[in-house]
Amino acid sequence: MKHLMSPLDFSTKELDQIFDIANDIEKNPKKYAHICDGKKLSTLFYEPSTRTRLSFESAMLSLGGSVLGFSDSTSSSASKGESVSDTIRILSCYSDICAIRHPKEGAPLVAASKSTIPVINAGDGGHQHPTQTLTDLLTIRSLKGSLGNFTIGLCGDLKFGRTVHSLIHALIRYPNVSFVFISPEELRIPDYLREDVLNKNNITYKEVSKLDDVIGTLDLLYMTRVQKERFFNEEEYIRLKDYYILNQEKMNLAKSSMFVLHPLPRVNEIAVEVDEDPRAVYFKQVQYGVYVRMALIITLLELV
Amino acid sequence: MLNVGQIEEGIVLDHIKAGKSLSLYHYLQLDKLECTTAIIKNAKSTKMGKKDILKIECNPSLLNMDVIGFIDHTITVNVIRKGKISEKLNLELPKEITNIIKCKNPRCITSIEQELPHIFILTDHEKEIYRCKYCEEKYISID
Repeated sequence: MKHLMSPLDFSTKELDQIFDIANDIEKNPKKYAHICDGKKLSTLFYEPSTRTRLSFESAMLSLGGSVLGFSDSTSSSASKGESVSDTIRILSCYSDICAIRHPKEGAPLVAASKSTIPVINAGDGGHQHPTQTLTDLLTIRSLKGSLGNFTIGLCGDLKFGRTVHSLIHALIRYPNVSFVFISPEELRIPDYLREDVLNKNNITYKEVSKLDDVIGTLDLLYMTRVQKERFFNEEEYIRLKDYYILNQEKMNLAKSSMFVLHPLPRVNEIAVEVDEDPRAVYFKQVQYGVYVRMALIITLLELV
Repeated sequence: MLNVGQIEEGIVLDHIKAGKSLSLYHYLQLDKLECTTAIIKNAKSTKMGKKDILKIECNPSLLNMDVIGFIDHTITVNVIRKGKISEKLNLELPKEITNIIKCKNPRCITSIEQELPHIFILTDHEKEIYRCKYCEEKYISID
């Protein structure tokens, strides 16, 4: 039995198999419409996350399965002090597979260690959010044709953004991927990523502070929001949040083949006018998120 | 010159960095064992200048060698039987340690989950970096 805790739990070959299934689902949704008949997905969401939870639910329903669970800790036994270990033992009796989101880092690993059903980490604090990374990889692979030989710009909050960190870890496993990190000085990538991941693996990268200067060199642009909840000080948040706004003027400097991705939700870092640009693929990315979760559920339930 | 008597059966930990013997005493939970222990601080050493030594009279199997390896794997471990050195142990950095140190990350699941062991994994042998198994936070020694 396999779980998904981190995007690196799967080899690139295993990920390719999942992405192949996801692309097949995209082309032939009817073929998969009943593959999970009689199977149940439990969604243990100890903190609210509408998009991720509904994406999982949509994925399971599209496979013919059903869904049960809770959407915040106040409506679960956690409010009575029940441990994650006990909750997962109980949910193992009620369902066939589980997706867990928890504010505490490592909670899904605790669940996986006690579970008799596959556990998917649907986000644990600032630590991991592997299905977002799988979504990003599938989007890039589907639109670019492969996961290699490109320059990707990562823009915004690169210090606290877990999606960015996970994506960097995942992309360095592919050939000829170079990075351009675009952020204010205060929100640059953490030292450990620079030293232990990028430098150690001889990855080509540069760090800049202006999107305009580099946007023309990029094959992909991954935008992120400056998350208010990561700041202790509201003034700092207000000062930094408007730094890197992508608008049509900046898009005019970019290659015609460059795609813009965003893990969503956005606040104001991408102007609404950009939505109509065919290179803006962040809503397609949401659809790929459902496909990849469908492929993941099928794979972990060993139905293919 | 301070003289500490020989021990019949037990362990002598030599070449402990000066000042580290007390924390090693606590990590080994010697305060909870009914054994005779001598803590020698700041002994003269040709190799180190100053060093600490711990002499512990007890069954050697009662001591967790992983703790010593984690604190300092260059410490010399002499196993004493019948009053003589019967064995010298080579220590290595343990690949995994359980309930020796605690994760200090307030966002880690270990901060709330009942009776969850605190497990740290050696993630970088060269730099001797341990990370929490759950949240992957790097352990930073305060010693």
